[in-house]
Formats: sequence, C-alpha cells, structure tokens
Amino acid sequence: MSDLLTAPEREIDRLETLACRVLERARSRGADQVEVALNSSLAREAAVRLGEIDVLEEARDRGIRVSVYRGQCSGSASTGDLSPDTVDECVDRALAIARYTQPDPAAGLAQAELMAVDRVDLDLWHGHDLGMNDLLERAREIEQAGRDADARISNSEGASVSTEAAVSVYANSHGFIGSNRGTQYSQSCVLIAADQAGMQRDYDWDSRRSLSELASPEATGLEAARRTLRRLGARRVPTGKVPVLFAPEVARGLIAHLVSAVSGGSLYRRASFLLDALGQRILPDWASLIERPRLPGGPASAWFDADGVATRESALIADGELLRYVLSSYSGRRLGLNTTANAGGVRNLQFVGGSHDPDALLAELGTGLLVTEVMGQGVNLVTGDYSRGAAGFWVEGGEIAWPVEEITIAGHLRDMLGGIVAAGTDIDTRRNIQTGSLLVDRMMVAGQA
Amino acid sequence: MLELARGQLLEPAGLDDADLEKVLARLCGPGVDLGEAYFQRRVRESWMLEDGSVRGGSWDVDQGVGLRAVAGTGTGFAYADSISLPALLQAAGSARAIGRSGQSGRVRAGQGVVAEARYGTEDPTSAGRPADRVELLRTIDAYVRSLDARVSQVTVNLSASHEAVLVVASDGALAGDIRPLVRLDIRVLMEENDRREQGFAGGGGRFDLSELMNPESWQEYATEAVRQAAVNLTAEDAPAGHMTVVLGPGWPGVLLHEAIGHGLEGDFNRKGISAFSNRIGEQVASPECTIVDDGTLARRRGSLTVDDEGTAASCTTLIENGRLVGYMQDKLNARLMGAKPTGNGRRESFAHLPMPRMTNTYMLPGKHDPAEIIASVDDGIYAVNFNGGQVDITSGKFVFAASEAYRIRNGKLGAAIKGATLIGNGPDVLTRVGMVGNDLSLDSGVGVCGKEGQSVPVGVGQPTLRIDGLTVGGTA
Repeated sequence: MSDLLTAPEREIDRLETLACRVLERARSRGADQVEVALNSSLAREAAVRLGEIDVLEEARDRGIRVSVYRGQCSGSASTGDLSPDTVDECVDRALAIARYTQPDPAAGLAQAELMAVDRVDLDLWHGHDLGMNDLLERAREIEQAGRDADARISNSEGASVSTEAAVSVYANSHGFIGSNRGTQYSQSCVLIAADQAGMQRDYDWDSRRSLSELASPEATGLEAARRTLRRLGARRVPTGKVPVLFAPEVARGLIAHLVSAVSGGSLYRRASFLLDALGQRILPDWASLIERPRLPGGPASAWFDADGVATRESALIADGELLRYVLSSYSGRRLGLNTTANAGGVRNLQFVGGSHDPDALLAELGTGLLVTEVMGQGVNLVTGDYSRGAAGFWVEGGEIAWPVEEITIAGHLRDMLGGIVAAGTDIDTRRNIQTGSLLVDRMMVAGQA
Repeated sequence: MLELARGQLLEPAGLDDADLEKVLARLCGPGVDLGEAYFQRRVRESWMLEDGSVRGGSWDVDQGVGLRAVAGTGTGFAYADSISLPALLQAAGSARAIGRSGQSGRVRAGQGVVAEARYGTEDPTSAGRPADRVELLRTIDAYVRSLDARVSQVTVNLSASHEAVLVVASDGALAGDIRPLVRLDIRVLMEENDRREQGFAGGGGRFDLSELMNPESWQEYATEAVRQAAVNLTAEDAPAGHMTVVLGPGWPGVLLHEAIGHGLEGDFNRKGISAFSNRIGEQVASPECTIVDDGTLARRRGSLTVDDEGTAASCTTLIENGRLVGYMQDKLNARLMGAKPTGNGRRESFAHLPMPRMTNTYMLPGKHDPAEIIASVDDGIYAVNFNGGQVDITSGKFVFAASEAYRIRNGKLGAAIKGATLIGNGPDVLTRVGMVGNDLSLDSGVGVCGKEGQSVPVGVGQPTLRIDGLTVGGTA
C-alpha cells in the first residue's frame, strides 16, 4: 500500500509542518490564538453481492480545520484540499470571519497548563498490507457462510470488508502539538430471508484495531444469517405496559442519550432533561459509567482531547449518582465549570455493574419484550420523552416466544434510566459506548388496538 | 451551465477535452460498461447565533474528482482531492481494477446534455456583505424574543453554499451544473413553570440569500417556531395504539418519502430486496393517491437541472391512481433493469458513489376540504409536524416522529399531545388512505435524506391525508 501505511511518521511530519505553517500565518495576520486539526487516511473496501464483485473502492481522505480568535471573536474554516494555497486561504477566511462574529467570553483555547504532556502509545496501530484481492476473498467467504446457513436465506445485500489507516495532528498557539495514528479493520454482512409471510433483513458486523482480533469471516456470515432468520414471521403485540429488555446493540443508545443530556452543549442551551442533575441518582445504585480514554486498543482511545487537554480515567456515574458533566473547555466556561477533557465527546465509556448472563436476563424479564432494533428520531432530549419504532421478540415465562415488528416503545428517559432493574455481562466492545443488555422495568408498547 | 462549470473546475487546473478523453480511456479497460469522471467544487459559508450573539462562523471548501468504472453489476471507485491530470490518472488506474486487464479503448468526450435550468447560477456565498448576515441574525433574535416573554433560548443558523459540478462519461454524457443552496433555521426554547419545550422552523432552496433575508420569510419562520414551542408547553401525553391519523399538508409528506419513496428506488428493486420488488402494475394505494418524484420544480431544495450522472432531471410518476407505475433510476440500475435513467442518480460528493435518490417527492391534491377530513374522524389524532423518519425497505416497516400533534374527538380538534412515533407498513399504509385533501403544499426547504451514509438535500409535500389505521406510539 502507500507510504501512509508503511511509514505513518512521514505523513504525520507532513501534517505537523502544515500545522506550523497555519499557526505562523494566523499569528502574523492578527490572530491572538489559533488552533488547527488535520487528518489523513487511506481506506480500501471490497464489497461482494451474490458472490460477484459489487464495489471496489480506494478512498484517500485528507482534511484540515482551522479556528482563530481575535480577542474573544472566533472564526473557523475547513477544507479537504491540503495544498498550501488552499490551506493559506482557509486561514485568511477564518480571520475574515472573526472580524464579524461578536465577542464570546467563553471563546478561546483551553488553559495552557492543561495541555497533555505525557505522550503514551495506546496500541492503536496494527498495520497489515491487505490488497484488494485479500479483502475480496474475505468478503466472499463471509457472504458464502451466511448464504449457506439455511435454505430460507433467499437473497443478499452483500458482504463487505474494509481496512483503514489514519493519522491526525492537533496543534494550537500554546505550543501544543500532538498526533495520533490508528488502524481499523471492519467487515459486515446483510442478508435477506423469505417465507410465505414476506421478506426480512438483518446484518452483523465487526470492527477492530487489529486484524487478528476481527471476528472470523464465518462468524460474521453465520451471525448475520441467524439474526435474519429469527425475524421471519414477525407480528405485532397487543398495546400495553410491559418490562422491556434492550439487547446490547440498542442498550448503548440509552446510555448515549444520557451522555448527550449531560454534555455541555445541551446544558448551556438548557436543552436537556438532566439540567442541574449533578449529584442526583440517575442509574440504580449498583450501576456505574466509567470513562477509560486511554484503554489500550480501545475504539475511541486518545491521550489528549480535541482541545489538547490530557485525558484520564474518570467515573461519569458512580453507584448510580452523576458525578460530573461531559465538558470541553468551551462548554465548561459557558457553565462556569472546568473542562472534563471531553472536547470531541466521551472516549470508551463502560457500563459497570451488570451481573446477569443472557438466560438470567430473560428469566428476570419473565413476560415482556426483548428489543433488538429501534427506528426513527423520536427522542426529545429537552423533555426526556422517548417514543421509537422497535423490532425484537416477545418473551413469555423467560423464554423467547416469537418475533415482533411494527410496534413502538415509549416512556420517559429519566424513568427508563432509573428503572433499569438488571444489566447483562454481554458487553458489546465494538463501539465507543460499551454496555451489556439493559432491562427496564416498564414501558408502554403500542401495537394492535 | 456547462461552460460555467468548465470555467470553475477544469480551467484552473489547465485541463482540456483531450485530457478528459485520456482519463476516460484509462478508466475504460476491457469489460467496462461505463467510465465516468465527476468534478466538484463546493464552498459553504455559515453563521450561528446563540444566547443573543453571533458566536460562530465558518467557511468550508471541498473539491475533487470521483472516478468510476462500471462492469456488469460491479463498480470500481477511487477519487482525488485535487483536480490535476496526474491525480486523475492515478485514481482512474485504481478505479479500473474492476475490469479485466488489457488494452484500454479509445473514448471520446461527448456532447453537452440538453437540460432546462431549474435555478439561477448566482453564488450565494459571495452575494452581499458578511456584516449584513450578522446583523440579520441579531435582528431575528430580537424579533423572536419580542414575540413571547417565555422564550429563553434562541438559536439561529444561516448557511449558503455554492457548488459547481461537471460530469463526463464514456456513454457520451457531458454536463455541467451550478447549484446554489441556502438555508435558515430558527430554534426556540420556551420555559414556563417547570416545563421546557422546543419549537423549530426554517426554510431555504436553490436561490440567493437575499430571499431569506427578506423580513417576510424570516418573520414567518420566527413566528412558526414560537407558536410550536407554545403549543408543546400545553401538550398532554399522547395515546398509544392503533387509530385513525390525519396528517397535515406539506412537511408530513415525509410519510411518502419513507413509506413509499425509498422502496421505489431502482437499486433495491433491481436486487429484489424491496417490499415493492416486482410489484409494478399492482394496486398499492387507494385510487385517490397519485405520487410523483419531481426534480424539475423551480428553485426547490431537492431540484436539479441535471443529476450527478449528467441526466436531465424529470418528473417521474411513482403511483398513479393507486397503481404502482414507476421506479426512480440511476444509470447502473436502469441498464440492469432494462429501464431509462430518470434523473435520480445522486451522490453526496465526489468522494461518494452515485445511487438512485429522491428529489422532491409529493402526492397530488384530492378533492376534500381539510376541515371536512378532520370533521370525519370520531377518535384519532391530527399530526402536523415531524422530526423525520426511517424505513426498513425489505420488511416495509417505516416510522416517522411527530413533533406537533392534536387529539381529534367527535370531529373536533382537541388538546395538543406530546411528540410520538408513528409506525406502519409501506406497501399497505396507502391502501388505508380514506380521504385526500385539496390543499397540496410542499415543505419549506429543510429536508435531508440519508442513505448508506450519504446525505443529500430533498423536498417532500402532500395534501391533508386521512389514514384509517396507523400505530401511534404514545404513553397514555
């Protein structure tokens, strides 16, 4: 592959040189403070459908974003074209914008003394020179495993495999300059199953920093088939209030809503159902949310945040109680608080306290709904009102009875989070927010009259 | 248009027709059915007001070339983020990997595509002064706050983008387009006692910023955002269950986009994975329903002079008097299905592959007075604003989330109810349309459609509709 994969240092050097050029130009043209973020990546993806090549794609992406401050007035500019002329134009445009924006007392860089100094290797780079043919072969194996799983697998939307190598640099006029590099290997498979009642579609995927940790092709193909087949014959349920078990892939959404509601932007806009909730019990007292931004090999690991501030392990919620908000230096200043090193969001947030295996959770659920998919935008973070489309399974006496679709689940997020009565040990480690299944004591399910 | 696009995209890089032919020849190895180069440059300027002052502004530019080689059902794709001959030839070499190895053929750049312009060529990012935009945002903020003392937060976003595209392909297509796009969003937070609620309104289209800066347009959005927030402050819990739903005109047309539109895109039907696959000619809606996808409407957000493959935009009838009559196609899927491209080949940018996408999708008006439709309902809900939706095109299940709705009892509008998700089944929801209003309207120009990770601007519209049975996801 190209030198980005074999010699990421060279690309980082190039980005750092550009970063210095930006800092110099902005300072010499009147910026009091300036910050710049650059990224560069190379990705390859092979997709097959019904055994034939669907798409072969090579993606070379670069980008730069510059923010300048004239006193308390800010301006920003970005481009995907890293030629020196365009980068210079970005600086000038950002400076021009800062001439028109109004003073914002919260604007500016994070405090200089908070800048990260301890560069640590977080084990995010595992280079393998996989060519298109390797990817294609793997995609074929995945899809074939899925299609061979059962005669009711009638069609396929295909399987795809991709690799990405990415580097990024952040620098600001405090003199901070930091870089990250990471690889990502991903695969997915989407299958269609049919019976006399109609077609169903579902999928499976995996994504890891290292190729050796990626699920085997067979595992992804077979899991896609299993998930698709189990939906056949889905129907609605009667309308009523029942306990609802969220599978890990949808449980993470509940935690993501919580994180949004305690994030700086939602709080200073007063657009959160968790205003002034610091110190309050949000989750049951056996549950905690721990952020581990320096988790080796983690999906979102970084040693500094998007402001250059050093990251550190820290509880967001301990024993059910909200200990802090999720703040950047900007949102912190808007609220009169210190940054929590969360510019750019939370990094590797883990739900801790779950003790049930999947069978124990179904037994605990008794009779109610297991949700494996949610649909649509029906989440109001201002009020906490929650109403979404859902699909999953009806559970009776702790056993999965039949698949369910075309229903809604509704409640209030504060009640739902506080009403979590059990959590699973089946943690989904593929994403930034990592949780097992979550059992909510009661929600309104709407289906038939 | 073509000459303007040429001037903005090819001339600065010193590229001429002979260079384009070289690139196409490199793409078109043996077995390649279509080679295509898509040049694009997009400049976007945006301003944001929050908490009474204009705190942010941004200027963003992206340009590059997407190179595509199609062989049978397969596509090879690569792109370059600089417009220069060496970068183009290198990307073309990667994209042609889809074909068999061997000598390239000779390809001639084609003739200009003939298409009627659907909007002007003005550059909204360079029109007027930045100071005027900042002043406008402050004026809007003051106006919104003057409307109702309960307003506690106002956020206003103003953006303008200018895009030049040029497509050249081995099938002879050669087309350019200059696409302006502007948008104004007003979001209001209102507080009373212990309750806080939001209201939102906005609009835009393919025209100059001066139209949005006209007090008549922004005052309408401001008033609407405040009205919605005030209504929501009084909202009661929404009901749960299967019931009659009346949808208001305009933006609730997101129903058609989700329930019908996506399922009628050519790619899903070519692959046989849509709930509408192989159903052309069947009755899939009540005879009162005729639905079109129309990219030709003047200056609409979803409109196009030519699509991103250089095909002239058109008005495609999807459902005629309830019968399914057409799909929306791009070149690849049209060729594989033996159909004609319909001007629906769209892509988010040069770094994304084109696919069949909607433009402006709406239902033609029926014969009923909207008041008569509401009066006909004994027990149900009336939903007039939505947050957006989602569909599973294979099972046909779709959702859309109401953000403003009312109870209907005994033919009369009752209390406002909280937002709730509505869920239904695309292939049968329109068979349950009981009445179609005579009040067709289109949305104000804020729609964004996402598909396979790509976002494109779209429009929707419909007259008032009565649907006799849809699941409403309330809590009461």
